[in-house]
Amino acid sequence: MVNTALARRSSPKSLRVIFGVLLGLLVLSFTLGTGAPAAHAASDVCVADTATACFNGTIKGVGEGVKLTIDGNGESIVVETDKDGKWNAAVTTAGTYTITLDEKTLPAGVTVKGDAVQEREITLGFVKGAIFAVDGATGEGADNGQSQEQIAAEGFNWDRLAQQVVSGLRLGLLLALASIGLSLIYGTTGLSSFSHAEQVTLGGLLGYTFANVLGLNIFLTIVIVVILTGATGYIQDAVIWKPLRKKGLSLTQMIIVTIGLALALQYTFQMFYGASTVRILMKNPETFTIGPVTLTFESLWAMGLSVIVLILVGLFLLKTRTGRATRAVSDNPSLAAASGIDVDRIIRLVWVIATALAGLSGVMLGLVLNGINWQTGMQLLLLMFAAVTLGGLGTAFGALVGSLIIGMTVELANFVVPGDFKYATALVLLIVILLVRPQGIFGRKERIG
Amino acid sequence: MSNATKKTATEARAELKTVKQTPGASKPDAILVVDNVVRDFGGNRAVDVDHLEVQRGVITALIGPNGAGKTTFFNLITGFDQPSSAKKMFGGPSADKAAKWSFNGKLLGNTAAASVAKSGMVRTFQLTKALSRLTVMQNMLLGAKDQRGESFLAAFVKPLWAAQEKANIAKAEDLLKRFKLYEKKEDLAGSLSGGQKKLLEMARALMSDPVMIMLDEPMAGVNPALTQSLLGHIQSLRDEGTTVLFVEHDMHMVRHISDWVVVMAEGRVVAEGPADTVMSDQAVIDAYLGAHHDTDLGDDALLEEGAMDAPKKEKK
Amino acid sequence: MDMWIKVLYDMSANMILPTTAAFAIAAIGLNVHFGFTGLLNMGQAGFMLIGAYGFSVATIAGLPFWAATLVTIAAGTIFALLLGIPTLKLRGDYLAIVTIAAAEIVRMIGRASVLNSVTGGSNGLPGETYRNTFSALSPFPDGKTAFLWFDFDNTGVNGWFIRIVAWSLVVIFAVLVWLLMRSPWGRVIKGIREDEDAVRSLGKNVFAFKMQALIIGGVLGAIGGMFYVLPTSVQPDALGRNMTFLIWTAMLLGGAATIWGPVLGSALFFALRIFIQGTVDILIPDAILNTQQTEQFSWIMVGVALMLLVIFRPQGILGDKKELNFNV
Repeated sequence: MVNTALARRSSPKSLRVIFGVLLGLLVLSFTLGTGAPAAHAASDVCVADTATACFNGTIKGVGEGVKLTIDGNGESIVVETDKDGKWNAAVTTAGTYTITLDEKTLPAGVTVKGDAVQEREITLGFVKGAIFAVDGATGEGADNGQSQEQIAAEGFNWDRLAQQVVSGLRLGLLLALASIGLSLIYGTTGLSSFSHAEQVTLGGLLGYTFANVLGLNIFLTIVIVVILTGATGYIQDAVIWKPLRKKGLSLTQMIIVTIGLALALQYTFQMFYGASTVRILMKNPETFTIGPVTLTFESLWAMGLSVIVLILVGLFLLKTRTGRATRAVSDNPSLAAASGIDVDRIIRLVWVIATALAGLSGVMLGLVLNGINWQTGMQLLLLMFAAVTLGGLGTAFGALVGSLIIGMTVELANFVVPGDFKYATALVLLIVILLVRPQGIFGRKERIG
Repeated sequence: MSNATKKTATEARAELKTVKQTPGASKPDAILVVDNVVRDFGGNRAVDVDHLEVQRGVITALIGPNGAGKTTFFNLITGFDQPSSAKKMFGGPSADKAAKWSFNGKLLGNTAAASVAKSGMVRTFQLTKALSRLTVMQNMLLGAKDQRGESFLAAFVKPLWAAQEKANIAKAEDLLKRFKLYEKKEDLAGSLSGGQKKLLEMARALMSDPVMIMLDEPMAGVNPALTQSLLGHIQSLRDEGTTVLFVEHDMHMVRHISDWVVVMAEGRVVAEGPADTVMSDQAVIDAYLGAHHDTDLGDDALLEEGAMDAPKKEKK
Repeated sequence: MDMWIKVLYDMSANMILPTTAAFAIAAIGLNVHFGFTGLLNMGQAGFMLIGAYGFSVATIAGLPFWAATLVTIAAGTIFALLLGIPTLKLRGDYLAIVTIAAAEIVRMIGRASVLNSVTGGSNGLPGETYRNTFSALSPFPDGKTAFLWFDFDNTGVNGWFIRIVAWSLVVIFAVLVWLLMRSPWGRVIKGIREDEDAVRSLGKNVFAFKMQALIIGGVLGAIGGMFYVLPTSVQPDALGRNMTFLIWTAMLLGGAATIWGPVLGSALFFALRIFIQGTVDILIPDAILNTQQTEQFSWIMVGVALMLLVIFRPQGILGDKKELNFNV
């Protein structure tokens, strides 16, 4: 059990740890930021994976600067052709899109032959081509736009398996950042916070604000976002959750409050950022290939950063007094309170850590998924809950393991079911977990009673 | 209860005289027989009962220091918890080591709490579970068994269940009068005092005419003024043929009304016998001394009849 | 001044819309779940959508009206079983997690392009494709009828026929719920809301009762969904999470665990939203909030209203604070 006297005087060390994490991020931001491989030849392709679908095409002979607009499903993306007349665009929602060629941007003397507006339907994980034929182009003839339909072809092959496993790991790690907070909040307060997903969205949108709108270095942006989202956790607990606990609201009431908050936050995001997807980095992500696996650099360092942060959180929970006190509160709040732990202070800290981690997860999701919108977090809520339940509600390490399993399952499910259904596999998994082992992998049976 | 061949409570108590005073002793007319019930919480073994029999028609007390596993044992046999030693589809203990217990000749392992109650073994809780936002009368009516109006389709048609409801109300009113709650019948149960809630819970359990009633600390938190009438109720239950098993900390009460005492410590049954002899048992004294060094249970004064009547004085 | 009269007219017209009645039916269902039984169903819109698909797809497949209605009821029942079996033995928030997720999944599957030929994908199904079997039942002659300041078609898309049927159903369902709740069945249900273990110790099969309640509320949700799409069209996105939260807010506003609370709440809720939106539209110039932002603003208000209601007046307008229990 926790040594009470020690736990009480523990803040300096825990603060040091948090400070250390932030400092580490800052240092990382400068080293990586300056060393970013800017000179790398831009392969400039949209990578279709389970969260992304790509439209592409080549309008031969028109050169760069021809604009196309891809509209639909709440997204509106404008892309330009490169010097070879190639264009590609990433979308994050499956469905039907209208692709419009802006005729005004065609070079003088070039006209569209056929439709300037085309509709294409796309499923996540696929690449679809759109052919715009033109007359009068100065370059080669009109044998343009070989459609690369279904590069990420259906069916099984080892290369695709490797790619999906890496994608699964990536999703799992980013999910873990978000769901550990959800689990910690549940553990210490008993609350299933449905607004946690909006904390993820908030992180992504703040990332967009600082990196894209204000043009800050992405790593500096991450540091700022983590601080800001952590602050929202502090403020939330101070203004909403602590007073409500003191008022003696039941957990059910609190759950409904989190749901109301989630709704209000989603539309606040919409009011400020609109309904369409925004991209944190404007340039097309650069990719590299190891064996059969193609990844963007952003994905690589996002995964690296997740691992580092997850290790630090683990060390915090295991090695520091405050961390141990946190676990003690999770274990048995009244016992922890009786043994002198300041439960309110621990809960406040948990809110800060949880929201900061969710914010971090949001920025990186925004980078990895090629964009973020007002409901990105909400779409992940199910995955988070499934992960946390699988690992065992209220256990931080369970959330980590659960996230990795869920991330992997969702990505590998693509072999069996269409991309549209990948979240449904998570639900099926959740239901199976609840039937077979409702307390999760690491949970104790008593918790669910 | 109407069974003419049934033994009287006096006869049932007399039979106990022949029972050996060793843990797990067999009873001439056992209503509850428990074997190999083990419950682990993490690394702690909370309950580990090899064998226990409870005599029909008498009041049996289950005592023991804090943490002896009494309430957990209650939860296990009433289906509110599952033993770690339960039979499993894969692995688990071998058939002769697996937990099994029978009530009134019926095997109860792996039975849901509701079915246990339906078979005639009805329990109350240590922390009262009066349904505070229902009225006292509604609480009582919930206790009645086999209500036609509780089936979904019949619920819509009042004539189908009105007569039964009327009979149940009459029965509830009788019980409430007996438990001195009649005047409160239209009040919300939440407005009752702690002791009245205990009474209500007991009365509610009696609505189903249980064969055996299991009371978890019926005296805890009860106003001393009420204890005497509660004791009276429990004794009259026995005299009407209901078997009573209760967990209690209050030694005075145990001494006063129980016909047989089972002592648990660290999850095991360490002793059993009539109240006056079992309390002088070395194993029992050890069990209590092990838990409370400052409690002098060996004090003879505690075992004397005079001290048993003292609670009212002491508690005031 | 005309603008204000228009707001008032819109408010009253919205209160008697068939979709408001459909919404009220779903709210009555949610009230059976949450108000009376204490089940945290966070996916009532999922039940509505299941019902809507059940009716429209069955009708398009050629089934007559009554058979399609049976399909709706069966769909709601199966959905309830599917969600209830894994969760009803566990703590309340598991049901919340599974229902909120399942409702989203139904929506995602509904709009999946793979199912385009059945559900119409993200475009949904237009009302004309399944409405006729219902309109054909209308006993009214063609033409229009004026009543008070309302003047509608007799049998049209949004006409008197569907309004009368939908609101009659609201009354019928409310009365049925009243009949249920005064019976011993209702007593067990309310007991479960208070303390499951106590009810279990009295020999009641708590799981079975909770399942029955989940199915009843779910079927009401499905029928609500059916009547929601009859005068409109099946749009998976219109029956998403927001719809669930609206129903919650309306139910809590009127008073959970009361018979007429969800109905009053639904009518008031639509009127209030129109009022807020109209007022903001009139009073605040477009430069500050344009119409789209006004709409978003009114959604934010819904979220805030839900929070405030739950914190400060959980019993709503009609509820009795002593009656309402919010324990998981």
